[in-house]
Amino acid sequence: MVRFLLNDEPVELQVNDPNLTVLRYLREQQSQCGTKEGCAAGDCGACTVVVAAPTPTGDELQYRTINSCIALMSSLHGKQLITVENLGNAKSLHPVQQAMVDNHGSQCGFCTPGFIMSAFALYHSSVEVDREEAIHALSGNLCRCTGYRPIIDAALSACAQRQPDQFDAQKEQTISALLKLGSSCADKDAQALIMPTNRQQLADAMASHPLAKLVAGSTDLALDITQGQQQFDTLISLSQMAELKQIEITEHTLEIGAMAALNDVACAVTEVYPQLQELFTRFASLPIRNQATLGGNIANASPIGDTPPVMLALEASLVLDNGEECRTVAARDFFTGYRQTVMAKNEWIRRVIIPKKQPNQRVAAYKISKRQEDDISAVCAVFSLTIENHVVTKLTSGFGGVAATPVCCPELEQALVGLTWSDPTCLATGKQILANAFSPIDDVRASAAYRKQVLANLWHRFWLEHQTDNLIPTRVVSHA
Amino acid sequence: MRKLINTQPTSSVNSPLGKGRNHESAIRQVCGEARYVDDMPEPGNIAYAAIGTCAHTTGTIVTLDLDAVRMSEGVLDVITIEDIPGHTDIAPVFDGDPILADKTLLFHNQPVFAVLAETVDQARRATTKATIVVNETAPTLSVEQALAQKSFVRPTHTFGNADAIHTVKQSSHQLEGSLSIGGQEHMYLEGQVSLAIPDEEDRMKIYTSSQHPSEVQKLVAEVLGIKLHRVVVDMRRMGGGFGGKESQAAQWACIAAVFASRNGRAVKCRLPRQQDMMVTGKRHPFENQWHVGFDHQGCIEGADIEVNGNCGYSADLSDAIVDRAMFHVDNGYYLGNSHVVGHRLKTSFVSHTAYRGFGGPQGMIVAEAIMDGIARQLGEDPLTIRKRNLYGEQTGSTTPYGMTVEDNVLPEMIGQLEQTSEYWQRREAITEFNRNSPIIKKGLALTPVKFGISFTAKHLNQAGALVHIYTDGTIQVNHGGTEMGQGLHTKIAQIAAHEFGIDMDHIEVTATRTDKVPNTSPTAASSGTDLNGKAVQNACITLKERLVSFWADELGIAADDAVFKDNGLFIGEHQIDFAALVQAAYMARISLSSTGYYRTPKIFYDRENGTGRPFFYFAYGAAATEVLIDTLTGENRVTRVDILHDVGASLNPALDKGQIEGGFIQGMGWLTTEELKWDDSGKLTSNNMATYKIPAIGDTPEIMNVDLYSRPNPQDSIYHSKAVGEPPFMLAISVWCALKDAISSITDYSIDPPLQTPATAERILQAVEHANGAAGNEAGLS
Repeated sequence: MVRFLLNDEPVELQVNDPNLTVLRYLREQQSQCGTKEGCAAGDCGACTVVVAAPTPTGDELQYRTINSCIALMSSLHGKQLITVENLGNAKSLHPVQQAMVDNHGSQCGFCTPGFIMSAFALYHSSVEVDREEAIHALSGNLCRCTGYRPIIDAALSACAQRQPDQFDAQKEQTISALLKLGSSCADKDAQALIMPTNRQQLADAMASHPLAKLVAGSTDLALDITQGQQQFDTLISLSQMAELKQIEITEHTLEIGAMAALNDVACAVTEVYPQLQELFTRFASLPIRNQATLGGNIANASPIGDTPPVMLALEASLVLDNGEECRTVAARDFFTGYRQTVMAKNEWIRRVIIPKKQPNQRVAAYKISKRQEDDISAVCAVFSLTIENHVVTKLTSGFGGVAATPVCCPELEQALVGLTWSDPTCLATGKQILANAFSPIDDVRASAAYRKQVLANLWHRFWLEHQTDNLIPTRVVSHA
Repeated sequence: MRKLINTQPTSSVNSPLGKGRNHESAIRQVCGEARYVDDMPEPGNIAYAAIGTCAHTTGTIVTLDLDAVRMSEGVLDVITIEDIPGHTDIAPVFDGDPILADKTLLFHNQPVFAVLAETVDQARRATTKATIVVNETAPTLSVEQALAQKSFVRPTHTFGNADAIHTVKQSSHQLEGSLSIGGQEHMYLEGQVSLAIPDEEDRMKIYTSSQHPSEVQKLVAEVLGIKLHRVVVDMRRMGGGFGGKESQAAQWACIAAVFASRNGRAVKCRLPRQQDMMVTGKRHPFENQWHVGFDHQGCIEGADIEVNGNCGYSADLSDAIVDRAMFHVDNGYYLGNSHVVGHRLKTSFVSHTAYRGFGGPQGMIVAEAIMDGIARQLGEDPLTIRKRNLYGEQTGSTTPYGMTVEDNVLPEMIGQLEQTSEYWQRREAITEFNRNSPIIKKGLALTPVKFGISFTAKHLNQAGALVHIYTDGTIQVNHGGTEMGQGLHTKIAQIAAHEFGIDMDHIEVTATRTDKVPNTSPTAASSGTDLNGKAVQNACITLKERLVSFWADELGIAADDAVFKDNGLFIGEHQIDFAALVQAAYMARISLSSTGYYRTPKIFYDRENGTGRPFFYFAYGAAATEVLIDTLTGENRVTRVDILHDVGASLNPALDKGQIEGGFIQGMGWLTTEELKWDDSGKLTSNNMATYKIPAIGDTPEIMNVDLYSRPNPQDSIYHSKAVGEPPFMLAISVWCALKDAISSITDYSIDPPLQTPATAERILQAVEHANGAAGNEAGLS
């Protein structure tokens, strides 16, 4: 049984079809057609809705956008689902709606409800909204008509004069309703959509449904349903596994639960490695990062996922669990082939352990794609360099988009040690090695030749940017 | 007798013309209440259609086994071309577009059959279960190959002087070049969708997302084997069109109608995104080449230009599209003694179709490529060369197709933009920056647009309207144009409100319906407001004349100085509230409904001789764009754009600005990140939003200064405004030129770097490497 608030109404839903997406639930079962389907793949944002959940302290609500087209019903349990219909109506518009009207932010209008919901979540965020924040918040929404300028202006003007709205007024009732809903446990005997809440239940579910897939954020798995016409008989959702969502910062490590959403992961990781902000900002889009998890991105083992190269370069390790015992595997030993890993059938990733930054460690993560926002890497390169007395003492690396798995480059890592960093030999050696290190493929995103050349040139960028007094501009877009 | 509604006197208002009124649907759009076809409440007996395609490119279908499809869960009906009761060819102009494959496969993923099922999922799943055996033949997958095979969808057209090449060869300076220009996916956010509802006997009602309801009506009737008067098409709004729903929305309506007719059920046919991208045509890719001669000042003396449109498997609208490309190879420049050839190549791709600019952009970019080429050869700034070649007294004012360019405002507009954008100061600063920045380079370009307004198919330049006044003084306006986000209905409402001098909220512009206004033209060629606005105005004038003459008669006075304003009619010292006037007219049995009609004057084109005036007027614009490129990765960014665009006397500056900004960004996407890729077998591989990248919000330049050039259209267009849908798209050619400018800086502006479009990061890096080679730099260490 999935229990949630649909706008203000409590809903209890027995999910017989685990393939049901939130979008189809809204449009087909609730006849709430304000939320649109543009691509059914999480790429356009026309389906954007907001889910509100109490913060860990339980005194505030956190509003997050998700792509309802690739969200399964399990993602709603214990949350409030807010759709465009609930924000306002023609007689009384919500401030973000009014701002969109005033700024001529809609033309054909098909993307508009999605933009409204993204702007609404921004309106309820605690950040100071400047142009960059507005763009960040709306980066998962495509518009083909306006060219975006009026939409940016609308978001800025609505957020410049934030007033409490009806959601703030009802905050306490909503929180108490949600806490009540969330505390009710899921059915043990559900057959289609199983939502274990602890390690034992999860192990049991996997044992009794050996063919059932585990689903975390569903941003990739749902594509099998919406694009591949697949119908899963049973899915095991990890959405209620609270113990997998914890993030801890210990003395020497960052320990991140596999089910932590990528945005939460980004907050924790960038506290330790601020240089990774750019990569996380450019990881898919905000709604996807609200939904997708670190464990999902790693377990998926895609050669073009953006977090595996980070894990390789930072020498992270993964704690794998089967319900009885845990084992720790180095990220470098985890990927065994195209979308294959060392995980046994009865295992899941429990947490990811990332060593903290060392004083002389310099880290950079570069992503090259056709588009800056919401795109998949043609090449992703992560370097971690330690320098003592101007000499390279250690280099680790991780790359995406250049092989069948996320990979590192041992040849590069060995060749650089002992060299003086400012010596142009470092530049030349790195470029030469990386230009020939891998045999990438030609595909729709880039040619093999471009991938090889860019990889070498990213080393050039890294070398330049990490010289002590580099004044040479190296970027067309700067990420704060 | 009919009881009349009491009306309140209304407050006095001024005309809404020229005001930045909100889009008429804006409030409903932001509330999620604006209804698109897929949002309509579904009839109880609805079933869903899905399209089955074949994963081969060309060949003969030897076996088509659909048994498993029929047996699939929930399936109600399966059709192939054999099951079509009437016409099987749904081509818009020239034959060649089978509704479903007719034994011969023409392109990869061509629709072969269709399935009707109880749910969308069931229908889509069933389509995967067909067994299709194909005897494959070799596809034609390039313009070069098609040229060699003399494979054309329509005959080649030429205009100008065949001896132009002699002039070129006698010139002291010459430039030869070629350019491969990519196509473009429309990526309307609302995909193709139609809902067919069978009515009594053989009658059919269609709700569709189409720019051309009348053509949908005609094709549905023909496919069903019935007459046009038994089909009604209703089109309230599209979630974007951009040309992609001009001819290619009809197929899905026709298939839905066939199912609806066979099964007696309402049928919805909505394409999933990936299929939509694979089975509908795109902007035509072009391969163009030129040979021009010019003097030491860079002034063109002669030009020999060939454009080659990759049309796909059929003609669709390609004849007119290649014509428009040819009509725009001059852009705003006098080409001297010129000759233009346009081939329409038949290839084994989906049939490419209308897309904002309709071939114009693919032609116009040739003119800008030539300007850049001349400038680099002479070591002049490209803007200097552009200015020297503009149509005018010093150069000439006759286009290659013999039309005189009247009212050319480009010299003045460019002069103004040069100032406001601080072109020359920035040019200096950029050159200085580039000298000191080895990795990041800046580029700047100012390019003009001159775009011809009118359908080149003369008969389409007509429009109809139907205006009803109700007894409470409110007005319903119907016209042949369709609303796809451009704000056409808003402008139409402004026109009607202005004519009657009443408030905008008393005007309702309704869904476009083939039973209200017949035989309409597609909403295309930027003509929506020009044509339909005039037709509506004419209907309003007819009604106003009736009302004035009625009331003047009542008062027994002359009607000479009658004025509709402030929600009333004023004649001399007499005045009457509009609603009261309407009531009185109704009681006196005055007709309160009228049609209106308009056809564009002056236009003609003699195809035989390649001369005429195909355009009523030209719309102009200019853009100055600054970019950054990263010479290590090819990554790039537009940092600033200044635009001055000519919309005549703007009917609605807010909507016009929306078209200009939106057109520019869409054009920027066409020339930068939007890369269509087909594999060696002819399959589209950039077939979803994950692999085909339209501009996202971060791509919008931080500085975007857009000004309207306010000068009324000298031609008698609607209130002397100008069409605005397509022309601003081509302002984005400045992005391409600016990227080349940045690359050229590597060679101290000595070469014009070859840069095919779209100029992806990958292509820019290639061009950078080429420039580094030319400049003798070590790669990446310039």
